[in-house]
Amino acid sequence: MKPIAKIIGQRVAFGALTLWIVSLIIFAGVQLLPGDIATELLGQSATPETVAALRKSLGLDVPAYLRYFDWLSSMLHGNFGTALSNGRDIAELIKPRLYNTLLLAASAAAISVPLALVGGIVAALYRNTFVDRAINVVTLASISFPEFFVAYILILFLAVHAGILPSLSDVDSTTSVLDRLIAMALPALTLAVVVMAHMLRMTRTSIINLLGNQYIETARLKGLPEWRVLVRHALPNALAPIATVIVLNLAYLITGVVVVEVVFVYPGLGQLIVDSVQKRDIPVVQACSLIFAATYILLNLTSDVLSIVMNPRLMHPK
Amino acid sequence: MSEKVVYLHGDAPMGEACSKDRSPGDQDTLLNIRDLRIEATVYPPGENPKDIILVHDVSLTLKRGRVLGLIGESGAGKSTIGLASMGYARGGVRITGGEVMLNDRDILKSGKVGLRSLRGREICYVAQSAAAAFNPAHRLMDQVVEAALFHAMGARTEIEKRAIALFKKLGLPYPENIGKRFPHQVSGGQLQRIMTAMALCSEPDLIVFDEPTTALDVTTQIEVLAAIRDAIRDTGVAALYISHDLAVVAQVADEIMVLRHGRLVEQGITQQVINQPLEQYTRALVSVHHIDHEERDRAKASVLSVEGLTAGYGDGAVKVLCDVTLNLNKGETLAVVGESGSGKSTLARVITGLLPPSGGGIQFDGRPLPRLLAERSKEDLRKLQMIFQTADIAMNPRQTVAKIIGRPLEFYFGIRGAERDRRVFELLEKIEMGQDLANRYPAELSGGQKQRVCIARALAAKPKLIICDEVTSALDPLVANGILKLLLSLQNDEGVALLFITHDLATVKSIADSIAVMYRGEVVRYGTKAEVLSPPFDPYTELLLSSVPEMEVGWLDKAIASRRMESAGN
Repeated sequence: MKPIAKIIGQRVAFGALTLWIVSLIIFAGVQLLPGDIATELLGQSATPETVAALRKSLGLDVPAYLRYFDWLSSMLHGNFGTALSNGRDIAELIKPRLYNTLLLAASAAAISVPLALVGGIVAALYRNTFVDRAINVVTLASISFPEFFVAYILILFLAVHAGILPSLSDVDSTTSVLDRLIAMALPALTLAVVVMAHMLRMTRTSIINLLGNQYIETARLKGLPEWRVLVRHALPNALAPIATVIVLNLAYLITGVVVVEVVFVYPGLGQLIVDSVQKRDIPVVQACSLIFAATYILLNLTSDVLSIVMNPRLMHPK
Repeated sequence: MSEKVVYLHGDAPMGEACSKDRSPGDQDTLLNIRDLRIEATVYPPGENPKDIILVHDVSLTLKRGRVLGLIGESGAGKSTIGLASMGYARGGVRITGGEVMLNDRDILKSGKVGLRSLRGREICYVAQSAAAAFNPAHRLMDQVVEAALFHAMGARTEIEKRAIALFKKLGLPYPENIGKRFPHQVSGGQLQRIMTAMALCSEPDLIVFDEPTTALDVTTQIEVLAAIRDAIRDTGVAALYISHDLAVVAQVADEIMVLRHGRLVEQGITQQVINQPLEQYTRALVSVHHIDHEERDRAKASVLSVEGLTAGYGDGAVKVLCDVTLNLNKGETLAVVGESGSGKSTLARVITGLLPPSGGGIQFDGRPLPRLLAERSKEDLRKLQMIFQTADIAMNPRQTVAKIIGRPLEFYFGIRGAERDRRVFELLEKIEMGQDLANRYPAELSGGQKQRVCIARALAAKPKLIICDEVTSALDPLVANGILKLLLSLQNDEGVALLFITHDLATVKSIADSIAVMYRGEVVRYGTKAEVLSPPFDPYTELLLSSVPEMEVGWLDKAIASRRMESAGN
C-alpha cells in the first residue's frame, strides 16, 4: 500500500500547486483588465481627490504583490471579502448559488451517468448491429446540437406543448425539495443530454477495445454469455478511461453550465459570474473563478486517484 | 503393434485408462471430427479480399482418457482445429464444413446456447500464454471456479475445495491461499499450472491444451509439463495437446498427428512417429536441430572483450549485470545463453550503448568503446550491428525492403542511386531472396523472410560484430534452422563475429564456438563449446542441459526421476 500512498500524495501536491498557479493567473488577469475600479464606481464626474480616497479605502494603493498575498491569505481563511456592487459578504452571496449549481450538476449526473454506462454496454453488446447504430446516431446528434438549442427544444415539447414541466427554474431558499426538483427538471435534462453522449461513446469504445484480449477469449471458452463477458471481464478493465471521462463531464456540469443557467434563469454560480462581470464586481469574479478552478482540479484529482485505485497492479503489489 | 506402444507410461493410473480403452466400442469415442473445413477471409493490401482455406477436410478421433498431440508449424491449423473442437472460431474465421461429434452429438449444430453449455463444462481450454489469458482485474480463485459455478456444478465452497485440491496436485505453493492472489502476483509457470487447474475444475471430458509450455523457460517448462502430464493421467481426462515442439508432445501424447498448411501429413502412435516417421516432412521435424558446426581454431585476435561489466536500472537500485567478463574473437560466434531475467538482453543493451554500464569496460576492435551511445563515432556504430527477436517491429512498416536494406548503405557509405540498388540486389542474393522482393513491404513477407531482411540490413553496414538477440525464437523450427544456416554461411564469407543471445540450448549447440551461461546477471560458465558442454557441470548448467526436452518417449519420466534422486541424495 505504500507506493499507492506516495502516488496519491504526489497527485494531491500537484493539485495544490496547480491551484496556486491558477490563483496567480486569476489575480494577474483581473489586474490586466482595462479601466480602474474606483473610476468605474464613481463615474466620469469624480475629482482626483475622491478617486484617490476611494482607492485608499479599497486598498488599491498598495503594491499588487502585497494585495495578492492579502487576497490569498483571506481566501485561505474562508474570507472572500465583500462585493463592490452591493457591499454584501461574498461568501453569503456565493453559498446559495453554489448549492444550486451543485444540486443541478448532481441531478444531471444522476440521470446521465447510469444511462451512459448502460447505453455504452448495450451498444458494445450489440456492436455493429441496428441497435448500436441507432444509439450512435442519437448520441452523435445530441453532442452536435448546441446546448441552448437542446434547451429550447425541450422547453418547446415538455413545457409549451405538453405543459408538464416549468420552463423557468426560479428557485430560492424557501422552495421545497420537491418543487426544486420539478423546477430543475428541464435544465438537468438538458445538461444530461449534452454530457451523456461523450461518456456513452467512451464506455462503448473502451469495452470494444478490450475484446481482442486473450482473457476475453478465455471467458468465452468458459461458455459465458456475451453480456457476462462484457460486464464481468471487459468492464472492470475499462473502468479507468471511463471514470476519467465521467469525471471530466462532472467538472463540465459544474463549471460549464453558464448557458443553461441563463436560458432557464436558474440562480446558480454561472449566472452570478455573468452578472458580476457586467457590473465589474472584481472580488466576486475572482472568488467564483477560484471556486471553479478548485472544483476542476479536485475532480481531476479524483479521476487520477480512481484510476490508480482501479489498477490491481498498484492496489495489490507483488 | 499399436496396442503395445500405447502403454508408454508404466504408472498405474494410465494402465487403468489403457485397459478401459482396449475394449472396442463407440461409447469410448469422445471426440470424432469428420472432414473439418475451416475458412477465413483475408484482406491483402491493395487487392480484393479473398477466401482462403485454413483447414482442409481434416478428420480425427479421440477416445476417452487419451491424449492426441497436434504438431505443426505456425499456419498448420493446429490451434484452429483445437478451437473448432469447442465450436469456436477466432475473428474472421469460419467453420464451413464437416462435423465435430462430441459425446455422440454434432456440436456444430447445437447453436449458440448449446455451445455455451458445452464450453467450460464438457470441454475446457488451456491457452499458450496464461499471463494474457487471465483477467488482470480478478483474483485467481474467482476465475478458476467461474466456469464450474456458472454451469451450476455445485456450491461455491465445494468447488473451491476441488480447486485447492487441484492446486495441490499441480504442485503449486500455498494451495490454500494462492487463489487469493491476482494474476500479476504469481510467476508464469505457476499461472500456467493454475490455468490447468481452472480447466480441470469443471471436471470436463476433454481439455484442449494450446502450446501450454511454449512461453515458459526451459527449466520451468519441464516442471509444468510433468505437472500437466500427471494431472491428465490421474484425472483420466482426454486431451488435445497442441505444440510446435515434437519433443514436448512426445512426453505427453499417446498419438500424434502431424499437420502442415491445414492438411494431415502423418498420424500414428507417438513411438512410431518419432522413431520411424513415414513422411519426409515429419523426418525434417524430427531431425530439426542437426546442424553440424565445428569449433574453430582459437588463435585469432579479439574483436570484443568485456571486462568486469556491471549495469543496472534506476540508479543502480536494480542490478542486472554483475561483473561480466567475456571475450569474442574475430569471425567467431559467442553464444550467451540463459533464461528470462538472466541479464543476457541487458548485456546487449550495454554493449550497444543503449544502457551505460555502472562499472567495467568494453574493448571493441582494438579500442575502448565509449560508454554512452552519444559519444560513439559513426564508425563505432557501423561496425557494431544488431538483429532483434521480432523482425516485425524492427522494421518501418511503411518502407519497402529496398529502402530498409539501402538505408545503411546511404547512411554509412553515402552510396545512392543505381549503385545502391545494385548493392541491395547483391545483399538480397546473399540472404537467398529474389530481387522481385525488393519492392515489397514488410507486411507482405513471411516471418523467416522478415528476419532475413533484418540480417541483410545488418550486413549492409559491413560490420565487425553482429549482436543477434533471440533472432530465431519467434520462428518455426524449420524456418529458424534456415536462418541459422544462413548466418553461419554469411559468417564464413564475411568473417563477421556473432554475439548470439538465446535461451535455446539446441541453437547454441548448432552454432557456437564459445558459450557463456548466464544466471541472475552473472556468467556462471564460460569457455569453448567443448569445454562448456562437457562434464563436470556446475549445478545450473546441469539443470539447464537436463531440462531440454529430447526426442524420446519417456524422457520426461527419466529426467524427473533423476532430479528426484539427486535432491534425495543431497
